[in-house]
Amino acid sequence: MDEALLRTLTPTVIGVLVRRGADFAAAEDAVQDALVEALRTWADDPPRDPKGWLVTVAWRKFLDAARADTSRRHREVRVDAEPAPGPGEAVDDTLQLYFLCAHPSLTPASAVALTLRAVGGLTTRQIAQAYLVPEATMAQRISRAKRTVSGVRFTRPGDVATVLRVLYLVFNEGYSGDVDLAAEAIRLTRELAARIDHEEVAGLLALMLLHHARRPARTAADGSLVPLAEQDRGLWDTRMIAEGVDVLQAALARDRLGEFQAQAAIAALHADARTAEETDWVQIVEWYDELVRITDSPVARLNRAVAVGEADGPRAGLAALSALDPTLPRYTAVAAYLHERDGDPTTAARLYAEAARAATNLPECGHLTRQAARLNAQLRG
Amino acid sequence: MAKYLLLKHYRGAPAAVNDVPMDQWTPEEVTAHMQYMRDFAARLEESGEFVDGQALSPEGTFVRYDGEGRPPVTDGPFAETKDLIAGWMVIDVDSYERAVELAGELSAAPGAGGKPIHEWLELRPFLTEPPTITE
Repeated sequence: MDEALLRTLTPTVIGVLVRRGADFAAAEDAVQDALVEALRTWADDPPRDPKGWLVTVAWRKFLDAARADTSRRHREVRVDAEPAPGPGEAVDDTLQLYFLCAHPSLTPASAVALTLRAVGGLTTRQIAQAYLVPEATMAQRISRAKRTVSGVRFTRPGDVATVLRVLYLVFNEGYSGDVDLAAEAIRLTRELAARIDHEEVAGLLALMLLHHARRPARTAADGSLVPLAEQDRGLWDTRMIAEGVDVLQAALARDRLGEFQAQAAIAALHADARTAEETDWVQIVEWYDELVRITDSPVARLNRAVAVGEADGPRAGLAALSALDPTLPRYTAVAAYLHERDGDPTTAARLYAEAARAATNLPECGHLTRQAARLNAQLRG
Repeated sequence: MAKYLLLKHYRGAPAAVNDVPMDQWTPEEVTAHMQYMRDFAARLEESGEFVDGQALSPEGTFVRYDGEGRPPVTDGPFAETKDLIAGWMVIDVDSYERAVELAGELSAAPGAGGKPIHEWLELRPFLTEPPTITE
C-alpha cells in the first residue's frame, strides 16, 4: 500500500473535483473521506489506477454529501449530471492550493494544518497526532480554516513568501509522531520547487536538506541533544548534503539573495567542514551579516554573536552580544557559552543554570542543566 | 502554536475576589458553574484550541519509594499542604496573549450569587520539542 502515492495524488484529485463544480471545502472533505477509505481498503485490494480510483470515490463522496446537505449551497450543483470531462489537467491546480492553504488570513497553526491535509494528503488523525491535540480539535481547526478561505479567489498568484513560512514551520516545529513532518515538509517543498521557479523556494529546500542531513547525529541514543561541534560527522547524510549544496548553488547563481538562501549558505558551510575545527567561521559571520541585513532579525543577530565568538574570539562575541536585548530567547545560553570560552566558569555555570530555567524545550533544558552541572563539578574539583 | 496548562487550585493560589466556598453556594449556582465550564471547553474545541481538561478529587495520597523489595510508603492527605490542585485545562493557542485571554474567561466562571469568581488561575507553558534549525 503506497501511502506516499496517496499523499502525492491528493491535491490533484481536489483540483479535479473543483473543476467539476465542487467548492473547495466540499471537495477537500470528499477527498479526505476517499483517502481514509483508501487507507482502509488498498492494502487488501490495491486499484490498478490509483488516481482514477480516488477521483471516482471522492466524487461519489462529494455527491453523497451534497445530496445529504440539500439545504445549503450544494443545491446549486446539479448532482445527478454526469461530470463533464474536465479540461486537460492544469499543473496550476496544485500550486493554487499551496497559496490557498497558506493564505495570509489564516493563523500559522491553521495554515499548517490545512496545508498538511489538502496539499500533503495527511489525515486529520495523523495531523492531530503530530501536533499532540485531540482529533476533534484538529478537525475543527481545519474546518474553521476552510471557512476562513472560502471566499478567496485568485486573480493573480499569491505571495510565495507566505507558503514558504508555512513549510518552514512544518519542518522546524513539528513533533515526532507516526508521520515524519520534516520529511513531509521536504517533500512538499520539493513539489513546490518543481512547480514554481523561485530562488527562495530553492533556498528553503536547500536549507531543509542541509539540516535534515544532520538529523542522525543531532540526538544521542537517550534522546539528549548533541551540539553541532560534538556531532559525529560520519553520521551526516552526504548525499543529502550534496543535493542541498547543488540546489543552493543554482539558487545563489541567480543573484537574488533572500533569507532562506542565506541560512542555507550558513548550513552549507557547516556541512562542508570535516571537523568542527575546520569550520570557516569568518565566512559564516559574513553570511550572518547578509542575513541581518535582509531580515533585521534579533535571532539572526544572536546567532551572529556566536559566530563572531568563534571567528574572532569570545571577547568579540561578548561584545557583539552586549548590543542585544537580554530577554531574547537563548541569549543567556549564548552568554554562558561565551563566558566559559573566555575562561570564566563561575559566571558560565550560573548563566547555564539560568538558561536551563528559561529553556522552552526539554532536550535543551537537559543540555543546559548538564553544562551547568559539569562546570559546577569542575569548580568544586 | 503553543500549549499551556491552566491550573486551578483548591488551595495555594491567592484568594479570589468572590471567595465563597462552593458548598455555601445554592445548588443552582453550582449547576450554573459546571455548565459554564462545559460550555467553555466546548467553545475551545470548536475554535480548535482544546487539548484536555480534567477535574481532580480534593483528597489524595502521597506515595514514595521505600527501597528495594519494600512496598511504597503512602501517607496523607496532609491538611497543612499549601498547594492543592483542583483541576486543569490544556489549550493549544497561537500566542501567550491568547492564553491569557482564555484564562481570564475561565476565571470569570460564575460562583456565589451568580457573580464571577475572579479566581486566580495559574498559566504555565509546556516545554516543546526542540526546533531543528537553531543556527
